[in-house]
Amino acid sequence: MGRGPGLSASIDLLVGAPGRRRKERAVRALFRTAALASLAISVAIVAALAGRAVAWLTRIDLGVLWGDGWFPRQGEFDVLTLVVGTLMVAGLAMLVATPLGLGAAVYLSEYASPRMRRVLKPVLETLAGIPSVVLGYFALTVIQPELVQRLFTTRTGAFSFLAAGFAVGILTVPLVASVAEDALFAVPRALREAAYGIGARRSTVAIRVTFPAAISGIVASLILGLSRAIGETMVVAIAAGATGQAQRTFDVLGGGQTMTGAISSLAIGSDQVKGSGLAFGSLYFVGLLLFVVTFTLNVVSERYVRRVRRAY
Amino acid sequence: MADAAALGPARGTIDLVLRGRTRDVRGRLFQGALLMTLLVSLGVLLVLLWTTWNAAQPVFAERGLGFVSSDTSSLSSRAGVHQGLVGSLILVAFVAAVALPLGIAAAIYLQEYARDTRANRLLVTNIRNLAGVPSIVYGILGLVVFVQALRGLTGPDSYGRSFISGGLTLAVLVMPIVILISMESLRAVPAGIREAAYGVGATRWEVIRSHVLPYAAPGMFTGMILALARAFGETAPLLLVGAVTGYLNTPGGRNPLEVLQGQYTSLPTLIFSWAREPGEDWKAMTAAAIVVLLVAILAVNAIAIVLRNRYERKW
Repeated sequence: MGRGPGLSASIDLLVGAPGRRRKERAVRALFRTAALASLAISVAIVAALAGRAVAWLTRIDLGVLWGDGWFPRQGEFDVLTLVVGTLMVAGLAMLVATPLGLGAAVYLSEYASPRMRRVLKPVLETLAGIPSVVLGYFALTVIQPELVQRLFTTRTGAFSFLAAGFAVGILTVPLVASVAEDALFAVPRALREAAYGIGARRSTVAIRVTFPAAISGIVASLILGLSRAIGETMVVAIAAGATGQAQRTFDVLGGGQTMTGAISSLAIGSDQVKGSGLAFGSLYFVGLLLFVVTFTLNVVSERYVRRVRRAY
Repeated sequence: MADAAALGPARGTIDLVLRGRTRDVRGRLFQGALLMTLLVSLGVLLVLLWTTWNAAQPVFAERGLGFVSSDTSSLSSRAGVHQGLVGSLILVAFVAAVALPLGIAAAIYLQEYARDTRANRLLVTNIRNLAGVPSIVYGILGLVVFVQALRGLTGPDSYGRSFISGGLTLAVLVMPIVILISMESLRAVPAGIREAAYGVGATRWEVIRSHVLPYAAPGMFTGMILALARAFGETAPLLLVGAVTGYLNTPGGRNPLEVLQGQYTSLPTLIFSWAREPGEDWKAMTAAAIVVLLVAILAVNAIAIVLRNRYERKW
């Protein structure tokens, strides 16, 4: 077939008007800039934290980073005190969040009828929406006096790691449950049906088939939960005793300092000029430490999540 | 599960017969234990709401709405949440104005324009990591950038501790969440919808504007509401960017820019500072402020859940 002059002209028509193409490019560039802004945020976080932390480290004698307590006003910055406190709160939180979160996830994905799901999911979503400052108050006024002090009558302090850890755990439940449920949901139905086909019970399918098949997503949910628990601030600031200083302690029934608690009490400390002084500067160092720890955990959990996606 | 629903009540009977009419006791116990975990969470939630309401009741009984319309004060009998409530609403409006357009634009680029290259995948991974950064770290970022470096713009007379600093900090905090939610809603729109528009000669932007966005809108809207509710309840970063925890003086007769560059506080910040006060009277005040906060947040969450259930589509 010969190409008539009319046909080649119509191909030119398909290119579109220059004004339309210009608009298209402008819109694309605008959206691209917005996407790159997220990169700028990351760079700004790292630059701000690292810059200030290094500046602080050069001004102090590095020996003050090892001592027997966190006393910023006395120039004693034992970081281990904060790390121990953080690990105690996060550990206690995971003791609460692991059974509650995973139990909820398995029930919702393996047992609940669609109607039950419609009732139960909003419970978790509501819990996820409760601000952490509210749980901090709850830990201080209900969990500590009504639960901790009744169980351990010899201890009458107003603050404890135990109460804070329990409240942080409750805050972490919805996150663990929703990530784990996604992982369980992604397990192909054929696996379950094969198990049912050879006569497996429902509980056997849940424990021996679905749970192992979703294990990397479940591990990811726990790591994410741990990261959230480590970064949680308001509960520990209110319920773990934010006096701004603490002796290193392994006592879960007493109060103390965590990384986030130390940052928040330095930030609101009124007995010093904000923004200057060696005590205030330690905030950047602790912040950097917190960022590195949570970032590492998030990267590891992302790895696990990706493994699920690849598998199915 | 769908397979259970398909069989319906017959499943239990068939199961029973196949197993020689012995009940699966261990299975039942396991199921009960799983349901228990959910009920424990629900129980804690109910106890929290109940105890807070009980503790708050005397304040509302005595002062009524006067509690909501009074300003901060060092006397518990005169203090109120008015400044905190107004402050939080201004902050959320600021966040909505900054983070929503930027976040949605970024999501459109990443989901609709960006090719699946290594660099673009890294960009998405980075956003996912940003969503997991503790909120107090964003507070430090806000302190260094908005409060200190940009003091001249954010609040020359308030040492940079202004609505603008607080609002921008929360906007940066919420943006990754907005991007991830928007991307998910865009991803859920089937390719056929786009192809129909391309087929009649629409450009990429025309396809997005007229076909993709309208279908993704309900999901995005729900997500945005939840993101803004999160910003409303956020406390930790505001402590670093200078939300006032004590007495706050808000002089009248200022123009909007002066207000935005001036000192501020928020409802959660008031709750935090009242929770630290000794004395039973402040405990009741804290509980009352929490009731105001929770009423706002739970109402907004309920609206989001209802909207989602109504407009959610399965393709």
